[in-house]
Order: sequence, then structure tokens, then C-alpha cells
Amino acid sequence: MTIWHKLRPYGMVAPAIVIFTMFFLYPIFYMIYLSLFDWNFVSPTKTFVGLANFRDLLTDSDFMKVLSNTTMYTLLTVTLTTILALLLALWLNRKSLFHGFVQGAIFSPHIISLVSISLLWSWLMDPEYGLLNWIIGLFGFGPLQWLSHPGTSLVSLVIVAVWKGLGYNTLVFIAGLQSIPGDIYEAAALDESKPWTTFAKLTLPMLSPTIFFLVIINLIGSFQVFETIAIMTQGGPVNSTNTLVYYIYENGFRFFKIGYASAAGVILLVIVGALTIVYFRLLARRVHYR
Amino acid sequence: MNQANRTIGAGGAEAVIGRQTAVRASWRRIGWRRALRLCLRAANVLALLALVLVFAMPFFWMLSTSLKTLPETMIFPPEWIPSRPVWENFSTAWNTGPFLKYFVNSVVVAVGILILQMLTIVPAAYAFARYRFAGAKLLFSIVMVTLMIPAQLIFLPVYLELSALKLLNTHLGLILPFASSAFGIFLLRQAFMQVPEELLEAARLDQASEWKIIVRLMVPLAKPVLVTFTLFSFIAHWNDYFWPLVMTTNETARTLPLGIAKIREVEGVATWNVLMAGNLILVAPILVVFFFSQRHIIRAFVYNGVK
Repeated sequence: MTIWHKLRPYGMVAPAIVIFTMFFLYPIFYMIYLSLFDWNFVSPTKTFVGLANFRDLLTDSDFMKVLSNTTMYTLLTVTLTTILALLLALWLNRKSLFHGFVQGAIFSPHIISLVSISLLWSWLMDPEYGLLNWIIGLFGFGPLQWLSHPGTSLVSLVIVAVWKGLGYNTLVFIAGLQSIPGDIYEAAALDESKPWTTFAKLTLPMLSPTIFFLVIINLIGSFQVFETIAIMTQGGPVNSTNTLVYYIYENGFRFFKIGYASAAGVILLVIVGALTIVYFRLLARRVHYR
Repeated sequence: MNQANRTIGAGGAEAVIGRQTAVRASWRRIGWRRALRLCLRAANVLALLALVLVFAMPFFWMLSTSLKTLPETMIFPPEWIPSRPVWENFSTAWNTGPFLKYFVNSVVVAVGILILQMLTIVPAAYAFARYRFAGAKLLFSIVMVTLMIPAQLIFLPVYLELSALKLLNTHLGLILPFASSAFGIFLLRQAFMQVPEELLEAARLDQASEWKIIVRLMVPLAKPVLVTFTLFSFIAHWNDYFWPLVMTTNETARTLPLGIAKIREVEGVATWNVLMAGNLILVAPILVVFFFSQRHIIRAFVYNGVK
């Protein structure tokens, strides 16, 4: 064993580790550090303010609105996506050319840029000339203001998010369904179990790791929603769609309140961090089973 | 059937007639069931087509709008397929900004990221999968922590860092933070661990260098995972809006998604026909690739979830 042999593995992992340290680990500590200061980005001096930024955030009614918007958006998106995807998966879980085509069609929005999706849906949801108002008009409803009214804006964003995420979630569910061993169903059929009982007592429990996985990654994704808001609503009307990442972006890049924005970033980090730890506990367990 | 045969065996014309009526009745029953089943199947196919419509209609509407004049976009009921397609919308959209530059920037950034990622994740994954060395656990936990942190969370400090390094508005500034991928290392390490030790021993007996083992043996064996990762990475960075938005302040390094989003500001809110034409320029390449490699792409994304 030469020295070279001993050093080799370190050389192999070094480039990746250097990148991760520079652009992921260090920024986290830097953000926590910045959250303790008052700084406008241009001024040469940072003023240490301790936890004042956090205190200000938690007493700021705008930030409270942002937190409640984010929570509302997340809960609606995750619940709707998961339930609808499960139903679709049960319906579409067949191996035929036609079913493959349907699966591909509902999956397609997942690989489209959020910019395209946001612009497209802004047009579909246009209060005056949008296709959606014309369609619901055919059934005698509307017209709705969609994104332009504080009462419907958040729900409109949820619709877009569900539309985009549904196909991916459905396909993950289908993969989950197909990994359930068939002989369990044969046993259930021998016991003359009713379809509903089979679903509730057999399919659902066997699918629970998939459900858990999807709920967690949907939660994490929804908490960080940014693109649709930046392009479709800019947080409005009257702050009704302002969410965490957009709030951090505005405070940092428009108002140059770096310390304040960093403190909001730390709060988001804690929320997402807690969710990810749960997720990786699950992932680690799955990998071990394999 | 057995029952019927036995009755015939017992003799008696009545039994035979009885059997015939039974058969006819069951035929009628089966006919009913078949008709019902056919109806259900037809309803199912119709419902499936309606589902496809919910997802295909917006894209079709984008195409349809992009070929209309502005007044035509406001007519309802709409003309689904414009009788006189207005191709100029595409050149109008293309000329709202330096689109050739945006396009080149998008390619440079997405391909640059992919190349650097390959160069950093393959050796790292090999080392984590195949060597025992002091501190391996600690170093791998750095990978795992990185896997857990979405880049969207730390853009503010990274912006300040890139600004200090004078890398804002450069291709390198958009590439470097993603020059390695924890997700890629994670996937590839799993694949490398599954290669049987005997294969490696045999290669080492042949005096193959470690470098050669990686390039000639490991990489070809892990090809499906590498294809998966390539699709995943390229699509994600081609589509990315957030990172280039935050890390650029002028046109030098801006990418296609930013250019498309800006048409709205340049042209004003109401020119949906031009906007949808621009949008189509961004979407078309991805949709074409998706059409031809649907199975690969779906696997690439769903793989992420169900390993």
C-alpha cells in the first residue's frame, strides 16, 4: 500500500465534497449568521441585532399572512394531489398501449418548465378572454376572477399545482401498486373478500410507504412554491398569494433587508429540514430492505 | 355441463329439451352481460379520453392561440384550428429579446452542469461504493445533508457568495453551484455496489488500473442509471427559472425561461398570441424529446420515488 493508494479515495470524492461544502453547507451557516444582523447589502457594516429579526418576523402581520398562505396552499395541494392520484392510479393501473398513452399524457406537465405552465394558465384563467371562463360558462357558471380576486387566487394556484403534479404522483402510485405481490390478492379472492374490503385491508396498508413518501415530498415541494407565484400573481392581489420563498425573495432582492430575509430563510429551513429528516428516515429504511 | 350430461345419460327427451332451453337462456344472459360489459368498456374509454383532454387541451390551446391574430384570441366560441395561421407570432416573440443568446446560454448552462456532474459524481460514487477509508461515513453524511437541502432554500447566501466571487451574470456562476449532484452520487453508488466483487478482482488480476476499471467496467454496467440521471438533470436545468432569475441582473447569462417570461413585460400583458408562440419555443423541444423517449423519461422521474 503506497501513500498514493491511501489518498486515492479522498481524491475521488474531493471535487464533489468541495462543491457541496462551498454551495450548500457553508451557505447554511452563513444564512444563520446573517439572520442575526441588520444589513442592507450595500452598507459596509453589518449591525448585530441578536434575535431581533426573528422577533420582528413573528410579530409582523404580513409574515403571519405569508405563513398561513403557505400552509393553506400546501395542505390543499398535498391533500388533493394525493387523493386524486391514488384514485387515478387504481383506475389506470393496466398494461396496455392505450393505458400507456393515457399515463404519458397526464405525466407530460411534470417535465414542462414552470414558466410555460404559469404563462399558459395565466392565459387560461384570464378573467375576460380565458378559455376556462368560457368552458364553465357553457355549464352556466361564472365568470370567475381566478387569479385577480383575493378570494380565488390561492385556490387557482392550487389547481395549477395539482394539474402539474397529478401525473407524476399517479405513476408513482401505479409503480407502488405493481410492486404488491399478486398472490396476496389471490388469497383475498379465495376468502371471497369484497372489493372494498380488499382495498381497505390490503391495498391501502401495502401502499402506505408510497403514500407516506409522496405526502412528504409534496409537502417539501409545496412549501417552497415560487415560480407560479412570481409569474402569475407576484404575491397579490392584496398579499393573498404571498408565500415563504417569494417573501424571502422580495425582502432580499427588492427591499434589501438581508438579515430579515435570512431569518425568514432560517424558519423555512427548520420546517423543510424537519420534513426531510422524516423522509430520509423512510428512504433509509427502504434501501435497507432491498 | 356435467349435470346436463348426466341427465341425458339417465335418458329421456324431456331432459334434452330442458337442457336446450337452459342453454338458450344462459346465452341470453351472457348476451346481456356482454352488452353491459361493452357499454361499460365504452364508457371507460370515453372517460379516459376525457381525462387525456384535461391534460392535452391546455397544450393544444397554447398552439391554437400562438397561430391567431390578437383580435381572434378574444372571439368565443373559439376557432380551435385557425383558418389563416399567423406564423409571424413566432418571429415577433423571438425578436422581443436576444433569443439566440438565451438559447445558447440555456444549452451552455444545462450541458455544462451535466458534464461537470458526470466528472464529479462517477469517481465519488465509485469511492463511496468500493473503498473503505477513514472518514468515509462523515464524508457520505455531507452528501446526504446536501441531498436533503433544496437549493431554493439557500439562494440568498449563495447569491452573496457568488457576488463576492464576481461570478454573478456569468455562465460559471449558474453552473458551479450544481457542478456535483448528491442525488446522482446516491443513485450511482447504489448501482456500483451491485456490481459483483469477482468482476473487479478479475479486472485487477489483469493489471487493469482503477481508472480503466471505472471507465471500461463500472460506467457501462451502470449505463441505465446514467441515462436516467442525464435525462433528469438536463430537463431540470433546462426548465429552471428560479436560479437564473436570482443569479443574473443583466442579459449576459440569462436563459430561455427568463427570456420567455420577459416577453410579457416587453409586449404588455394582453398579447397572448405572441406570448404563447414564445412559450411554444420553450416547450416544443421537451415535448418532442418526451414523445420519443417517453418510457425512459417516465422511468427517470418515477425512479426517484420508487427505487
